[in-house]
Amino acid sequence: MLKVRIIPVLLLKNDRMVKGKKFTDFKDTGDPIFASRIYNAQFVDELIFLDIDATNESRETNVAVISEVSKECFMPLTIGGGISSIQQIRKLLNAGADKVVINTAALNNPSFITEAADVFGSQCIVVGIDVKFEDNGYVIYSNSGKVRREEDLVGYIKTVESLGAGEIFINSIDNDGMMEGYDHQLIELVMSSTSLPVIACGGAGNLMHLVNTFKSTGVSALAMASIYHFGDNNPVRARSYLKNNDIQIKTV
Amino acid sequence: MVQGEQQDKVIGIIDYGMGNLRSVYNAFRSLDANVEIITIPEQFNSVTHIVLPGVGSFAKAMENLEERNLIEPIISFVKSGKPMLGICLGMQLLATRGFEPYEKSGLGLIEGNVIKMNFDGVRIPHVGWNALELITDHLLFQGIRKHVDFYFVHSYFFDVKNEQDILAYSEYGSRFPSVVYKDNVTGMQFHPEKSQKHGLRILNNFVSS
Repeated sequence: MLKVRIIPVLLLKNDRMVKGKKFTDFKDTGDPIFASRIYNAQFVDELIFLDIDATNESRETNVAVISEVSKECFMPLTIGGGISSIQQIRKLLNAGADKVVINTAALNNPSFITEAADVFGSQCIVVGIDVKFEDNGYVIYSNSGKVRREEDLVGYIKTVESLGAGEIFINSIDNDGMMEGYDHQLIELVMSSTSLPVIACGGAGNLMHLVNTFKSTGVSALAMASIYHFGDNNPVRARSYLKNNDIQIKTV
Repeated sequence: MVQGEQQDKVIGIIDYGMGNLRSVYNAFRSLDANVEIITIPEQFNSVTHIVLPGVGSFAKAMENLEERNLIEPIISFVKSGKPMLGICLGMQLLATRGFEPYEKSGLGLIEGNVIKMNFDGVRIPHVGWNALELITDHLLFQGIRKHVDFYFVHSYFFDVKNEQDILAYSEYGSRFPSVVYKDNVTGMQFHPEKSQKHGLRILNNFVSS
C-alpha cells in the first residue's frame, strides 16, 4: 500500500536556508546543501525547496541548489518559488527536480497550470496555496503571504484540479512556525474539495502533532521545517514514532 | 560500487526530450558506471545497455522517439539480446499502445495497453512510496529485501496482457503491474533513480546484468 510521506521543507533566501513565523521574522537555519545531505542520509521521503523571495524580487528560481543536491541525493526533489514559465520548469527538471510548486503564477494566470501539465504531465505540477483564517473563513494570499486575494479557496482548488494540477500543497500562514500543531479544519476542507493528493504544511512542533494529523485528516503527506530546525527531532525519530503509532510509513 | 570487470559496460541513456534524464545519469555515475547520453541512432553501437527514462505523456513521447528516428534502433538493440531498462514512462512505452492523452502505438515489446488509473477510493496521481510483490526472483532485485518501498509518481498504468510478463505487482486501490519483463527487457513503473539505496541497488544490478 501507499505510505504517508513526511517532507522537510527548505526555505531558501539568498543561498541560505531560513525559517520564520507566520511567513515573517526569518531566522538563518544553515546551508541548504549541507542540510539536504543530512536529510538524504536520514532517508527522508522527499524534499521541498521554496525560494521565498524569487517572485517578489521578480527573478528565477534557484536552479543551482537543485543541480548540486541532485548529484548526490537520489530521492524525490520538489522546488518552487517564482516559477512562471515553461522554460523555467524545464530548467529545474533538467537540473534534477521531479516536481515544481506553482503558487502566485497559478493565481495570476490559471491557464499556466494547463500549459505546464500538457508539457510535463500533471504528476509534476504541484499547486501551492497559502491561506490565513479571517473573519469569514480562509483567505488565499499570494507573493509569499504579502498579497491578499479574492479567490474562494474551495472554488480555486476545484479549478486547479480541473486545469491539470497533480497535487495540492496547502500552507497555513497562521500556524507557520508556531509549532502548535496543524490546522485540521483547513486540511479537512482541502481534502474534501479535491481528489488529488494533498501535502499539508504549517504547525508541526512535536511528533504527536504528525500522528494526530495523519489519523484525524487522512492527509497524503505532511511537510514541516521548524520541528527539525528548532527542536531535537529528526526524520529518523519521526519515522519510528509514526510506525510505533500504527501510521504506515516508508520501510527503509 | 561497480566491479572492475564491469568497466567494459557502457550504459546508454536515451535522450528524447522527455524529462528526468539528469537524475538517471547522476544515479549511474554515482555507481561509477560508464554512461553515454544517446541522441542519435549511431550511438546504439557503442553501448552495452540501454535505459529509456521519461516523464510526461505517452503520445508525446512516442512522437519524440519517431521524430528522432530512435524507435528502430531500440527494437534492433533489444533483438540483439542486450539489456534494456524502461523507467516510469519509459516502462509504459514498452506496451502495444497507450491512451495519454490520445491513442498511440507504443514500442510493442511487451503486450498490453497503458490506461488511466481509475481505481475507487484512491487519489490520483499515485504519488509516494509503495511496496512491490515480486512474483519470482530476478537478477535486478538481487539483494533487495521484501517489503521495501520505492518511489512512484504516475496517473496511468501498464495493463499487461500476459501474466508471464509481470515480474511484480503493487497495490493502490487495485493490484497493478509495477515491474514487467520479457527476456532481456525490464520495465519498472517506479523511479529506481529516486528510490535511495534500494533503487541504486537495482541500477547496480542492471549494470551487472
